[in-house]
Amino acid sequence: MSLAVLVAVAMFAGVVLYALFGGADFGSGFYDLTAGGSRRGGELRALIDHSIGPVWEANHVWLIYILVIWWTGFPETFAAVTTTLTLPLALALAGIVLRGASFVFRKYAGSLAQARLFGAVFAGSSLITPFFLGAVAGAVASGRVPAAGNGDQLGSWLHPTSLFGGLIAVGTCAFLAGVFLTADAARSGHSGLAETLRIRTLGVGIATGAIVFAALIPIRQDAPTLSDRLLGSAAPLIVISAMAGLATLVLVHRRHYSPARLGAVAAVASVVIGWGVAQYPWMLVDQVSIQDAAGAPATLQGLLVVVALAGVIVVPALAYLFRLTQSEPWTSG
Amino acid sequence: MDFAGSITHLLASGDAPPGLLPAREQMALSLGWHIILACFGVAFPAMIYVVHRRGLVRNDPVALALARRWAKVSAVLFAIGAVSGTVLSFEMGILWPGLMGRFGDVLGLPFAFEGLSFFVEAIFLGIYLYGWDRMPPRRHLAMLIPMAAAGVAGTFFVVSVNAWMNNPTGFRIVDGVVTDVHPWQAMFNDGVWLQFAHMWVGAFMVVGFVVSGVYAAGMLRGRRDAHHRLGFTVPFVFATIAAVTQPLIGHVLGLRVGDTQPAKLAAFELATTTEQPAPLRLGGILIDGKVYGAIDIPKIGSLIARNSFDKPVPGLDTIPLADQPPVNITHLAFQSMVGIGTLLAVAAVMFWVFRWRGRDLLSSRWFLRGSVIAGPLAIIALECGWIATEVGRQPWTVWQVLRTNEAASTSGGLWWSYAAAVVVYLGMTIGAFVVLRSMARRWRAGEEDLPSPYGPAAPVDEEAGR
Repeated sequence: MSLAVLVAVAMFAGVVLYALFGGADFGSGFYDLTAGGSRRGGELRALIDHSIGPVWEANHVWLIYILVIWWTGFPETFAAVTTTLTLPLALALAGIVLRGASFVFRKYAGSLAQARLFGAVFAGSSLITPFFLGAVAGAVASGRVPAAGNGDQLGSWLHPTSLFGGLIAVGTCAFLAGVFLTADAARSGHSGLAETLRIRTLGVGIATGAIVFAALIPIRQDAPTLSDRLLGSAAPLIVISAMAGLATLVLVHRRHYSPARLGAVAAVASVVIGWGVAQYPWMLVDQVSIQDAAGAPATLQGLLVVVALAGVIVVPALAYLFRLTQSEPWTSG
Repeated sequence: MDFAGSITHLLASGDAPPGLLPAREQMALSLGWHIILACFGVAFPAMIYVVHRRGLVRNDPVALALARRWAKVSAVLFAIGAVSGTVLSFEMGILWPGLMGRFGDVLGLPFAFEGLSFFVEAIFLGIYLYGWDRMPPRRHLAMLIPMAAAGVAGTFFVVSVNAWMNNPTGFRIVDGVVTDVHPWQAMFNDGVWLQFAHMWVGAFMVVGFVVSGVYAAGMLRGRRDAHHRLGFTVPFVFATIAAVTQPLIGHVLGLRVGDTQPAKLAAFELATTTEQPAPLRLGGILIDGKVYGAIDIPKIGSLIARNSFDKPVPGLDTIPLADQPPVNITHLAFQSMVGIGTLLAVAAVMFWVFRWRGRDLLSSRWFLRGSVIAGPLAIIALECGWIATEVGRQPWTVWQVLRTNEAASTSGGLWWSYAAAVVVYLGMTIGAFVVLRSMARRWRAGEEDLPSPYGPAAPVDEEAGR
């Protein structure tokens, strides 16, 4: 494996982790939005607050990791994407800012009215961000970002692959969050809440699965390079994703919430990895390969040092944080 | 050049792309906003550590309560600092594709390390905030150490990128192509250590004076309990050490500017012609090549800029007009920074001298009033410092390598992005203000735990609200 591909894999690992950890965070916004009035939704919102409060900030850093590796390792393609997809990127960014700020504002709000306002902003913006990041992915994957940058400001992302990319991102985030929140609710003894979440998660899962497979048809027309490989070398991953998704639905239906979490992670991870495999060896599909996009070799080596350090420093710390959040004193109260 | 003239000069240097002005405005807004919060990320964990440790070691409930409150404040500030930092990472590409596309692999490595530092800080902040009453007290306290260390490291790495823009190294340009890239050399460029020290100490000045100012305001309203005294004293000690150290660092840093960026130094000093020895020119404004309204102190300019009473300070006449920065903005920003910094250092030293001689200035309403405005003044000095170094580097984004109009986006739509940024930042500022103020109110009303309105107590709150 060449240096450039190694760095691309490290960057893509960040994409997968962001899709899982950040995705579960963003998806909780969907349930927050649909939780009902402040009295009826209070229990669910408290659960969401409790579940993502300690981890959302760390989960969010995966995005910064991706951006930094991108502009350092593959600088010209980063400039090409930001100059072409300025609008969806700016909208995703607006979502990130509004969501992060209003989540913490709600937590420390002085009155119920304030908390309601911040809560609505938090929940709404949780849907905006995955949609537009998904649209950006769709634009890159369908070969609409020219290597020289400054591509079509609207046409580059207003097409089926991008729009389905956005919907799939929103759906997978909500599905992941649903499975995790249901498990959290059941574990902390909120059985009524777990029951409500179970029904919603099943609905979201079925809808998301339907969107993923419906998307394959327009993508066939819209992004031939991607779909050839999606149905070729990436096909096993798509099949695994479908099976894991189905298994998750069955497990949630039967109230086996703990193993269902693994199923949801497997389903989402394999669909995202499937996209990565389908896009290989392109950095910008049909435009620039990973090899041609790479920056200076010395810099790529430097980046691998950072990735190795992240493995030594960040991963154990992150594992400690997640272990704490699952421990007895953190779960109660 | 008059003030309006220098603005026009700033806007229309040569064939400026349509994205240049909105890109500049948006970067100035978002960086200027983020940098205040970044200071809290850097300096606040150390202050929280001091009071939290005191609370544990001396079994002091006042100090422990203070640490708890500061932790909650830092949660709010850190969250909005994190999102505004994310804004900057998108903006690097959206606003400055000419910089990132060409030099991304030269300057990117410190950003990657900064990302790593930020990751560590975010993880341990999560543990610390939720660890209250859930972890063994000593271990809980220890969680602040990686946070504080990551804050220091993060400052170094992010300032390293700016120092590289001022002292570009680690690459060659052959036939217009960037080649022979040495990212480590770029990261540890000649300017990095002093710039880092200046920013790091500046962060402690900002946070120290802002936080002590909050408690000074409380004392002015008659709240003179142990809580307020400790809340004032700890950050004020940090601020004093920082304020006294800062002029020394700034002086050494300034000496380098004469060698590395003479145009910036000439603008700092408002030196139109080379003078030997050069005077210190206080205030003043440059209109059509003439200085008006300045007070000249003979020889001191040479002393400050060159560390000698008779060395010359090269003037703007040695620099082609196309390579001159907007002089008035640079000069006034620089002098405001130095003036405020000096004032704060003198006031802080005065407090300790009086205290050593047995007089407590905390009983003086005038001193307390001064302490309240010291926080905003420190923020102004910080912003002025950044304006001085950034505007003073113009018309270059990368000194003598890449002009700003080559770095900026060519997109015409950036005014919309700027307008949206103004609205979002205004909203975030108001949101943060409202939330922090209502936190303080509830604390004064004796509500220590600040139950979330969506928490278990929500239905009760709702009843009470009707």
